[in-house]
Amino acid sequence: MYLWFNKLGSPPHFYRIAGKWLPWLSAVFALLLITGLYGGLVYAPTDYQQGESFRIIYIHVPAAWMSLFVYVVMAFCGVVIIVWRMKLAEVVLISSAPIGASFTFLALATGSLWGKPMWGTWWVWDARLTSELILLFLYLGVIGLHSAIDDKRIASRAVAILAIVGVVNIPIIHYSVEWWNSLHQGPTVTKFDKPSIDMRMLIPLLIMALSFQIYYVIALFQSSRAELLRRERNSKWVAELSGGN
Amino acid sequence: MNRLSLTQAFIFLLRRDLTLVFRNRGELANPLLFFILVITLFPLAIGAIPELLARIAPGIIWVAALLAAMLSLDSIFRSDFDDGSLEQLLLSAHPMPVLVLAKVCAHWLVTGLPLLIMAPVLAEMLGMASEAQGILLLTILIGTPVLSLIGAIGVALTIGLRKGGIILSLLVLPLYVPVLIFAASAIENAALGLDVSAQINMLLAFLFLALSLSPWATAAALKMSMS
Repeated sequence: MYLWFNKLGSPPHFYRIAGKWLPWLSAVFALLLITGLYGGLVYAPTDYQQGESFRIIYIHVPAAWMSLFVYVVMAFCGVVIIVWRMKLAEVVLISSAPIGASFTFLALATGSLWGKPMWGTWWVWDARLTSELILLFLYLGVIGLHSAIDDKRIASRAVAILAIVGVVNIPIIHYSVEWWNSLHQGPTVTKFDKPSIDMRMLIPLLIMALSFQIYYVIALFQSSRAELLRRERNSKWVAELSGGN
Repeated sequence: MNRLSLTQAFIFLLRRDLTLVFRNRGELANPLLFFILVITLFPLAIGAIPELLARIAPGIIWVAALLAAMLSLDSIFRSDFDDGSLEQLLLSAHPMPVLVLAKVCAHWLVTGLPLLIMAPVLAEMLGMASEAQGILLLTILIGTPVLSLIGAIGVALTIGLRKGGIILSLLVLPLYVPVLIFAASAIENAALGLDVSAQINMLLAFLFLALSLSPWATAAALKMSMS
């Protein structure tokens, strides 16, 4: 197990494995995406209250889930970096940040598009919206800090500490924002209570969630491979790869 | 190293930092002036309507305190970083988190405490309800150390950068959100005559959490920045 872990951590090995997996993952992703979209946009029944516009949840909800998931992955990588100084974890952490930020932005943007017809406004200072916005700032902080430090190995350790500090804070921020809203007795229209969802609506949602997950892995593999090449450009295996010496 | 010498090291470092600041009093006054100036801008910008000002006074005072704390953060480690004494601290036999805590304490005494003293005057100028003013002071007393502690992590991460200032605000301000929320809501409840123990307890919880975790994160970040 430890050996496998070690081997996976070696950049050339990861580069090769990730390259082999990419076409397969892309195929599965395409299949799931088409099934999920068909299920969500055509097969799922129309919501009796929200009409057709509820269908945006098939993008919105998976994106929101992924925005949290990616941050947890980053914090996990942060621990690995601090404890084992594993190069691959550094690459995964920093490659994840823009992807996570994109998911967060997508969740905010689709939520806003949905909010206009449903709530009659693009934005409300609801607890969920606010904490998602703060999550976006945390992602941007990680990206900003990494790009501000020239030495990329030091930069990786800096963002590792930041990601860990952030993950301690996310639950605190989330709950304080939630309480802040309830203490103020927010407008009732923003209440987003989960109805007991129809199975025909739920299954496409889960398929979409899975396809987003796979999309994350694909995007992560691609940008990690690029980042690895950039960082290891002076090493032997990259030279061999490009046919040089 | 026995226990006594660690305490002594803590006190020496605290004293040294305070002495350094008092030899250079301009630095002492700057965050406070900034705090007062920001608050002065609000009545000018939104109009001097007494009811409106009294309503938003807790928010204004806290946002101004947040910004003042953030702008003064850089001074926690800046001069020591520039003249190399931070490296000496890292090399010392004492555990770095304790030394970090001493420096953060000194920073709070220099920047947080003046805000606490000035706040009642500003609260009165904004026409805040007198029953809320005591709670305002209490939240500043509990909240500003949290700001210094969290901010120290951010400064330690960005100390080596030439243009660290903007990055620092991006890192630190999202983490300040919980303190702001609970402080403002405590004052608001107090103005309405409601119970504020829940909010005060939460702020105390943040203080103890930050007190127990932040020095370690700061020390790790400093080691990283100095490597």
